[in-house]
Amino acid sequence: MNALEIERVSRDFTTPAGRPYRAIDEISLAVGAGSFVAIVGPSGCGKSTLLNVVAGLLPPSSGRVRVAGETLTGLNRHATYMFQQDALLPWKTVRDNVALGLTLAGAARADAQSRADAWLDRVGLADFASHYPAQLSGGMRKRTAMAQNWILDRGIVLMDEPFSALDVHTRQRMESELLAIWEGRSAESLALHAGAPGARAFQASETSAGRKTVVFVTHDLEEAIALADEVVILSAGPAARVVAQHHVALARPRDLMELRTTPEFVDLYRRIWAVLRQEVIKSQQDAEARR
Amino acid sequence: MNQSRAVVLAAQVAVGAAFVTIWQTLVSLKILDPFFVSRPSDIAARIAQWSASGTLWAHLATTLEESLLGLLVGAILGVSLGFLLARSPFLARVLDPYIKMLNAVPRVVLAPLFLLWFGLGIWSKVALAVTLVFFVMFFNTYQGVRDASRVLIDNVRMLGATERQLVRHVLVPSALTWIFSSLQTSLGFAMVGAVVGEYLGATRGLGYVIAQAEGTFDTTGVFAGMTVLGIVVVIVSAVVSRFERWLLKWKT
Repeated sequence: MNALEIERVSRDFTTPAGRPYRAIDEISLAVGAGSFVAIVGPSGCGKSTLLNVVAGLLPPSSGRVRVAGETLTGLNRHATYMFQQDALLPWKTVRDNVALGLTLAGAARADAQSRADAWLDRVGLADFASHYPAQLSGGMRKRTAMAQNWILDRGIVLMDEPFSALDVHTRQRMESELLAIWEGRSAESLALHAGAPGARAFQASETSAGRKTVVFVTHDLEEAIALADEVVILSAGPAARVVAQHHVALARPRDLMELRTTPEFVDLYRRIWAVLRQEVIKSQQDAEARR
Repeated sequence: MNQSRAVVLAAQVAVGAAFVTIWQTLVSLKILDPFFVSRPSDIAARIAQWSASGTLWAHLATTLEESLLGLLVGAILGVSLGFLLARSPFLARVLDPYIKMLNAVPRVVLAPLFLLWFGLGIWSKVALAVTLVFFVMFFNTYQGVRDASRVLIDNVRMLGATERQLVRHVLVPSALTWIFSSLQTSLGFAMVGAVVGEYLGATRGLGYVIAQAEGTFDTTGVFAGMTVLGIVVVIVSAVVSRFERWLLKWKT
């Protein structure tokens, strides 16, 4: 069963100079329910455009997106979206930010807050519930955003280079925590930081059958392989297309601290990079030609 | 931090004291004529006398009342129109030249008109304060709503917000930060409007006191009125910035 079907989706824009510009060209892609798909491509290849179309924030110029079998019109109500930039409301506390989706859906305040607190426990931010986003570190803000997305329990989570602004180590830790949340383990079970007491209750509460479908956009192939079941390579823009799709057969749960040096990982990286490399070179040449 | 604040405060007092001392000395040495510039000791004595007789408080109360009413009405009108135009780009484009035209009108020329329309009482002054406050509030609200971050809006929409919830959770708070940051300016403008209005025709208020003193070449009275006004503005500013810091505490 596919959670998402992208069928010959194209999206055109008009450049500031008034010329038409095709960002993505007849992209077709099926995403199985509960799978983790990474979309990789050189900068400016239209990855975000594709994700925005899937989110329903941007209508396709042609083609269609089907969500759970139905053609998408308007916003995708089966999905939440984690943005590259900070999207937490700066005037709301961490707790209120996490509870926001529930509040918007009309949940009672006490209920929304207690569920938000449970999620804050899970991402190790219980002590920061009353802080404002500006008082948190970059990694903490990302964890808050993950909780804000996951608390809604929609079937699909769209992620647009969510960790690209973080430093390498924080980033790796966020990737581990993302996988833990996705796999239904508590982040604490990775022994990455001292566990908060409430966190245990979540362990193994979700089976792999209940996993969300994740579409994760990144320009970092390492990150894509480390996280995903499928890696989809887009060509250099304009008019980006799918040039390759690789299955990642690495066992889960994955230890991201060690994974990157295992022979299987390195082998897979080499094979996919051979394809991506050409697109990266092309996009760089295009960028220089334009200058 | 605390120490540097104390240092700044000490320096501020020193600057004021030096200015007053030089002024007083120059008048005592007959380098400056007290008829034109009065002298600090006389001004202080005058303020003390006004304060003791209670006239100061009555006039001050009038000016503050006009200013606050002007601030309130100007804010309500400015914020409403700012919101409306920010949400309706068509209307914004249509009204744009008119708003610029109105904003370019020097407020002093409006004062006689307002006197004619609203009489000698407080409302002509309130109206003048409104014309100043309105534009500050309008531009800031408009900017605040328009500048609401695209990502915040998209995120809240993806989390399920309706249009109304979007306004409540993103657009209003986003505009409020701009509006609060302009509160200082607005309040200053409201007081300017009130005092200028009183100056040009009134029976009460600090502007009236200053105008009366000028009419009799009473420079001490003029300076006393100006000094009171200045002190009040500093105190009110401090209160407002406290309030602002509390409201925008999430900015840290």
